[in-house]
Amino acid sequence: MYFMKKIEAIVRTSKFEEVKSALREIGIEFFSYWDCTGVGNEIKKGEYSYRGTVYDTSYIPRQLLTIVVRDKNLQKTVECIRKTARTGIIGDGKIFVSDLLDSYRIRNDDQGDKSLYNTDEDE
Amino acid sequence: MFLLLVIMMVPVTTSLYAEKVADPSGNTTGTANDVTASTAGQPTLSEVADSTGHNKVSINMVWVLVCGFLVMFMQLGFAMVEGGLTRAKNSAHTFAMNFMIYPLGMIGFFICGFAFMFGGVGPLGTLGGYDGLNQEFTINLFGHAFGLFGTKGFFLTSTYDVGVFAMFLFQMVFMDTTATIPTGSMAERWKYASFFVYGIAVGTIIYPIFGNWVWGGGWLAQLGNNFGLGHGHVDFAGSSVVHLTGGVLAFIGAKMLGPRLGKYNKDGSANAIPGHNLPYAVMGSFVLAFGWFGFNAGSTLAGGDLRIAVVAVNTMIASATGAIASTLYMWLVKTKKPDVSMMCNGLLAGLVAITAPCAFVSVQSAALIGLISGILVIEVALFVENKLKVDDPVGAVAVHGANGAWGCLALGLFADGKYGEGLNGIAGGVTGLFYGDTGQFLAEVIGVLSNIIYVGILGWIVFKVIDKLIGNRVSAEIELSGLDIPEMGSEGYSGIKMDKNSETPLSR
Repeated sequence: MYFMKKIEAIVRTSKFEEVKSALREIGIEFFSYWDCTGVGNEIKKGEYSYRGTVYDTSYIPRQLLTIVVRDKNLQKTVECIRKTARTGIIGDGKIFVSDLLDSYRIRNDDQGDKSLYNTDEDE
Repeated sequence: MFLLLVIMMVPVTTSLYAEKVADPSGNTTGTANDVTASTAGQPTLSEVADSTGHNKVSINMVWVLVCGFLVMFMQLGFAMVEGGLTRAKNSAHTFAMNFMIYPLGMIGFFICGFAFMFGGVGPLGTLGGYDGLNQEFTINLFGHAFGLFGTKGFFLTSTYDVGVFAMFLFQMVFMDTTATIPTGSMAERWKYASFFVYGIAVGTIIYPIFGNWVWGGGWLAQLGNNFGLGHGHVDFAGSSVVHLTGGVLAFIGAKMLGPRLGKYNKDGSANAIPGHNLPYAVMGSFVLAFGWFGFNAGSTLAGGDLRIAVVAVNTMIASATGAIASTLYMWLVKTKKPDVSMMCNGLLAGLVAITAPCAFVSVQSAALIGLISGILVIEVALFVENKLKVDDPVGAVAVHGANGAWGCLALGLFADGKYGEGLNGIAGGVTGLFYGDTGQFLAEVIGVLSNIIYVGILGWIVFKVIDKLIGNRVSAEIELSGLDIPEMGSEGYSGIKMDKNSETPLSR
């Protein structure tokens, strides 16, 4: 049993750059992200028009960040994202946290939470 | 090294006779020495006259050819507009149609189209006066001869004359403009095989017969001579001959194919199916506007006819007012957005509308004609889509059909009598209704109606026959997955991820 958590955060596309640099400042060295599209209640009325037809779309473009952290870093990471990605308007996104069973580094034999940080520097 | 020196010295050592002085300013180039004469430098009066005549025809022929090349370039414009306003999953198919119509139509025109259209046109006045195209099939009704089609020049045989060849090139690219219009309205669901057959049909029969009636000396051109209706049906560069023909075919074809999957909901309301590349549509519109200078100004068939300046200015002014009118109409009245594809349609609408009257109207009238066309194109596009339920992805019916008709009627209204002396054998300039000639307007109305009836019926027959033989429309499965792989075997955008299914809206 290792002490790791997986954080999945969906944030506004417009807030992504802020979140990215804030995470770097608190010491998150690596994370993955994707362009993701949600379908929800936030329907943009009449924002689109093409050849005389005005139409709505329920597609919501967002960024999905996946960050695996040691338990001791969980709280500050979550707080960091909540603080920087917030606008106060509906649609700011969500953060999901789940337990992670195991983790391996492909380059060497590091396993578990040891595989999450750079052991060469961080003795 | 020594050899090089020798070579460099050779011209110096051998220039024993009088050297012509270099002329950097260009002021003294072209003298009596350049006139072909039996005694060099001293041409006789008749030799000067021959040279002058040759120069005149040369200017005309170069003008016609260069303008023809410009019109040929419009094929690219059509490809870009139609390709841009349709979806990525069909792009190889849409572009391939716009590509193949060029060779297909051309060969059709070569086989018999040119002969049907111009076989009886008579002497080519501005291009050397060759009169070998002199066989028109006519029928006699009400004591008047009605020219129906020409019968000389199949495969360009027995017409081995430079004037005829220049004429062929110029008229061929006009025919191809017509031919490529329906590929837009019928895009994204038309079987490539049936398109292929259509391409031949339009170049061999559909376009040339009507073209003969107006430009080949046929019965519409003779309405003035036979019935006193102005100068007969006058269409300077092809609002009816080219664009209305294309627009009617586009309408019949799109109507017979039916709308694209997902275009209409169960209650009949239309869904938007956005094109995949508006920048293409914008660029293509510019290419078309550029080519249009060849289209309209070239239709004098004479570079020595200096009315070309008026024609060119009228053309650009009408395109400007058309684009501005359509943009503002969308922006202020319709969707409250300056719709990009509609501003392109507006520019083209102005160009189509001014195509017939460009040589005969004042520039103020041209501005008004363009302005009206910009409103007309949107009203007709929305009417076709929402009321007639005919799915026209690019607005071909509105741009070419409605404004082709409007252009001819505008000629009948606004022609100011300053130009067209002797056209179709009638003395005086072409004069519209507002300047006192009701007959001219009637001739335009007759021309438009006969185009719609003739092209409508023949187009319907051609599409129907092809449908029975090959089938016009691809299966729903192919349409959903995109036509590129099933029809063409390769994707327009290979290696690029597309959500092909979401490109087709659900019919709710």
